[in-house]
Amino acid sequence: MLRFILMRLGKAAIILVAILTLNFFLIHAAPGDPAAVMAGEAGAADAKFIAQLREQFGLDKPLLTQLAIYLKGVLQLDLGYSYRQQMPVADLIFSRLPATLLLTMTAFVISLLLGTVAGVLASARVGKWSDTAISTLALLFYATPLYWAALMAVLLFSVYFNWLPGFGYETVGANYTGLRRVLDIGQHLILPATTLGLFFMAVYMRMTRASMLEVSQLDFVKTARAKGLKPSIIQRRHIFRNAMLPVVTLAGLQAGQLVGGAVLTETVFAWPGIGRLMFEALAQRDYNLLLGVFFVSSAMVLLFNLITDILYRFVDPRIRVA
Amino acid sequence: MADFWNRFSRNRGAVIGLALLVIVILVAVLAPLLFPQSPWRMVQRPFLAPFSMDQYPLGTDALGRDVISGLAYGAQVSLLVGLVSTVAALLIGIPIGALAGYFGGWMDDALMRFTEFFQTVPSFALAIVLVAIFEPSIQSIIAAIAIVSWPPVARLVRGEVLSLRSREYVEAAILSGQTSLTIILRQVLPNTISPIIVLASLMVATAILLESSLSFLGLGDPNMMSWGYMIGAARTVIRQAWWLSFFPGVAILLTVLALNLIGEGLNDALNPRLARRGK
Repeated sequence: MLRFILMRLGKAAIILVAILTLNFFLIHAAPGDPAAVMAGEAGAADAKFIAQLREQFGLDKPLLTQLAIYLKGVLQLDLGYSYRQQMPVADLIFSRLPATLLLTMTAFVISLLLGTVAGVLASARVGKWSDTAISTLALLFYATPLYWAALMAVLLFSVYFNWLPGFGYETVGANYTGLRRVLDIGQHLILPATTLGLFFMAVYMRMTRASMLEVSQLDFVKTARAKGLKPSIIQRRHIFRNAMLPVVTLAGLQAGQLVGGAVLTETVFAWPGIGRLMFEALAQRDYNLLLGVFFVSSAMVLLFNLITDILYRFVDPRIRVA
Repeated sequence: MADFWNRFSRNRGAVIGLALLVIVILVAVLAPLLFPQSPWRMVQRPFLAPFSMDQYPLGTDALGRDVISGLAYGAQVSLLVGLVSTVAALLIGIPIGALAGYFGGWMDDALMRFTEFFQTVPSFALAIVLVAIFEPSIQSIIAAIAIVSWPPVARLVRGEVLSLRSREYVEAAILSGQTSLTIILRQVLPNTISPIIVLASLMVATAILLESSLSFLGLGDPNMMSWGYMIGAARTVIRQAWWLSFFPGVAILLTVLALNLIGEGLNDALNPRLARRGK
């Protein structure tokens, strides 16, 4: 087990270095002077800052030396400086990371829970109207643009019904503490997390339904029926457990895409996470910050994948032995 | 062919999807005839509500531009980007998958690690970075979408080629002295075409969603009216003018839905043995 984790960590480290190298070459491939690219929109930064950047990243040295300087900086958690926001990029990202983690984790749990429950329900009623209703809904969610779903949710639940806040992380100026603050944040979390999870809910629902139906055709299920076990027990112990394996695999792979989707959701809801930060970086052409967020979100994806890989070994004992 | 159509049309959803897509294609092709004026032009007062003037049935936006004309021209961008970026992704993914599957060994290892890298990186974030750095234009958008969407193609083709490679007819071709290139192009790849077509139809749908998301964030081609741009521009005025973000969203939803339905129908028609499994 330890060996496995170490090997996976090594692999993740290689991918991270590859992403950094990609970042580095992107800065150089961009049209214009790399120093100006790093500083933000050409002409906006002052000459002194650009000269400082040139010195810091050794921009007059050979390309490989520059790459080494860049990688060394990142190892010391130095992702550069955001000239636009007047703050180190790493500080900016880490101050926004908790909000994104809260949002993506909640969306992940909501989508996996509702998706599998709906999938199991549909598979138990194949061909009936409830199956048709659930499957049609999944088909619609699957085709809905994430950001549009978010906007329509704001329009309906926040503007029209005035049930839920459609903006921000907590009530501004209320200065709640303790449990009231938690509840307040929770209220603000409902719309962004649900709309972010919608697409993934559809994916898990379809997968669960197909997988449940496939497993229920297998021989061991027939044996269980022949033994006279109660259908509810067969459904739960025999079919569901086995049907969930491919869903867990898929969920682990898809979790990373949640981070990308967060850029859209956080933009719509003014959620103060790294997705919103990426949007701000785009609007201000702050490339250093943009690449920093890209790197950190990739690292998050790698972490997600690693965790699911390890979890998977606990869920499926067959893999642990092999 | 008649057989193919029979199996395809047995899937009711697929027929509905095809009808929807034909409508979208017609609107895109006929846009310049239906709406001779540029969709960027101011034609009426701003924020004209929908269904209030016959000439502008879906109202006007914050700058007095005709919403329905924007939708028609937006269809062009969506279909163009969806189609071209999918073709580009196939051109990257098929050779990589075919080489990895056919030659195996270190070539397979290296190419699959490369593919894995692109699968691990969050694709939407990578697309944003690529378009932002190379400046938003229809070319950079298409390139970025192709770069983030080829890995599933490579994996699919590799798997297919791997299983075809050990067939007797391929071994016969090797013995007859055909070069590897000829065997891949003439003997192996033609037999992988069905699953590729199914995957490609679904990729067009994903590409349309990706393009609209990029445009929504302000990364669209500044010279082309697109559905995502329309929603992005309407985001801040959603409380005053719901229709500005509502209609383009419906257009995206229906187009993507149509392509997904067609994909399922193609799957039924082209892979009859797999069809109806789990249904």
